[in-house]
Amino acid sequence: MKNKELLMQGNEACVEGALVAGMRFFAGYPITPSTEIAELSSEKLPLVGGKFIQMEDEIASMAATIGASLTGLKSMTATSGPGFSLKQENIGYAAIAEVPCVIVDVQRGGPSTGLPTSPSQGDIMQSKWGTHGDHPIIVVAPASVRETFDLTIKAFNFSETYRTPVIILLDEVIGHMREKIELPDISKIDIVNRKKPLVNKEDYLPFKADEDLVPPMADYGEGYRFHVTGLVHDETGFPSNNPDVSDKLIRRLDAKIEKNKDKIVEWEEKNTNDAEIIILSIGCVSRASNAAMKIMRNKGIKVGTFRPITVWPFPEKRLEELSQKVKAIIVAEMNLGQMALEVERISKCMTRIEKVNKVNGEIITPDEIIAKIKEVL
Amino acid sequence: MPSAIVNEYFRTKKLPQIWCPGCGHGIITRAITVALDKSNLNRDKICIVSGIGCSSRATGYLDFDTLHTTHGRAIAFATGIKLAKPELTVIVITGDGDCTAIGGNHLIHACRRNIDITAIVFNNNIYGMTGGQYSPTTPKYDKGTTAPYGNIDKSFDIPGLAAAAGATYVARATAYHANLLISLIQKGINNKGFSLIEAISDCPTYYGRKNKKGDAVDMLEWQKKYAINVTAASKMPPESLKGKFIIGEFKNTTEPEYTDEYQKIIDNIGKE
Repeated sequence: MKNKELLMQGNEACVEGALVAGMRFFAGYPITPSTEIAELSSEKLPLVGGKFIQMEDEIASMAATIGASLTGLKSMTATSGPGFSLKQENIGYAAIAEVPCVIVDVQRGGPSTGLPTSPSQGDIMQSKWGTHGDHPIIVVAPASVRETFDLTIKAFNFSETYRTPVIILLDEVIGHMREKIELPDISKIDIVNRKKPLVNKEDYLPFKADEDLVPPMADYGEGYRFHVTGLVHDETGFPSNNPDVSDKLIRRLDAKIEKNKDKIVEWEEKNTNDAEIIILSIGCVSRASNAAMKIMRNKGIKVGTFRPITVWPFPEKRLEELSQKVKAIIVAEMNLGQMALEVERISKCMTRIEKVNKVNGEIITPDEIIAKIKEVL
Repeated sequence: MPSAIVNEYFRTKKLPQIWCPGCGHGIITRAITVALDKSNLNRDKICIVSGIGCSSRATGYLDFDTLHTTHGRAIAFATGIKLAKPELTVIVITGDGDCTAIGGNHLIHACRRNIDITAIVFNNNIYGMTGGQYSPTTPKYDKGTTAPYGNIDKSFDIPGLAAAAGATYVARATAYHANLLISLIQKGINNKGFSLIEAISDCPTYYGRKNKKGDAVDMLEWQKKYAINVTAASKMPPESLKGKFIIGEFKNTTEPEYTDEYQKIIDNIGKE
């Protein structure tokens, strides 16, 4: 039987995906172009016994999201540009305290208030390094409405698996665009719930990691009486100034994503087998890249596309392989070259890197990419 | 030897605590545990949340589910906890800077929502953890390391602020008036709504030294001498209250509580 076809916005698909993933708490603050995510959450969460709250600011909504997650509820918040900047403080808290949560950033033009209603991809580096200090993060970037649904579920699964904040990096185009989508059979979707402690309550060490580097997580109110802090802490959860404890913690937090990279990293490539030129892009720009590829292929020019689905960790291994066999990689992005920096680093001068950048609030067009391809040829 | 209360409710392995000799925070922290003890609650359903600063280190010593959050944000984290799991008794431990400067916005909105959280503000009139900078409750013209010529900011009346913003239970006591403090905290915990209890502490190390207030004993003596109970104060002419401060219960009202209101939404959806 064919699943029901729906006409849906990216922001709507995000909420639908979140509910399927088990989201039962959302704290947010109104901001364009992510507001629909809060609006829909406020409508849908009480229907499933979940909770929505509009907090007094972005910082508070991040804080409430973390607080709710500590009681065992899968929690999400959504924001854009200036709000994403404000959330960074507590994203760092979620990272060090290992509290699963999902943060949606519907990117708009920046810096500052910038271009509130226009798309951008200017938060690529902020999504990785926005909060201070070395910290783990997983960032996914959907390129369609359907993929927003799928990746939101995956974002929750990652956050529960690795006890880490996960960022969904949407852009205004994908967030607001309406597409016809067919939702998958919900019963067949893998839903991950956080690993619970199996030891006696008195033996519970809230930050003692298992072999997968992730510690099992008790809920507040279950009788484990544990301490959580944003300070560097040992396995007991209590603060420590011991250099060895700090070193061990920060390295483990990093390693729990680094060492599991193969299970996390995802990308999409098209026509890369014989490609001489690869267009690399994420989110809405990848749609223009695929259009440009089609046009060039029709003219017999061997163009392929490469789209990181997880922006962080970046699909490094595969990109390195491709760098060895193509003539050029064109990095098309709606910023001044944030992802290109990563591509340059990974490709180690094995291929030519060219950039197509746009920061005027308008989407990069296939023609603009084609113009760059012609330059390279 | 620690007292029975300390043995029961403190993580005694984590003691001694980090506070300076003479700091009033220990008295206030103990008062919270006594109030909890008297409240007869399920120990495993109590969650204590703090921000950043001297007072906020208290959570590490208390044997409950405890959360030491970011600077100023304790009430916002606590709001998430309480709404997500209303069966929990949620206590916030915060300081004058944490609660009324960087966290001021979270405070007033939690008051406005009347969410069932009890916040105890340890007010030592200074930023102690960072070494003595003036805070929103440093009295005007007093000194701090960032007010070497005297603080020209007017200080906050924290209970007045909370009451005006909508908290349903508001009170103040001091480290000296420990028994009063215990009973006010207990009433705050019993109040179904947002409760704020200001606990005047003493910081002999920074505020006291900078402002020649003497040692810890002198500072506690000052609390004794200048505090007037709210009932007595109401009968005194305003001029005789000059230089004094008022302690006791300022507000005790009943208003719909936030998580109850939310539950009504959930319960009523099917009925429409």
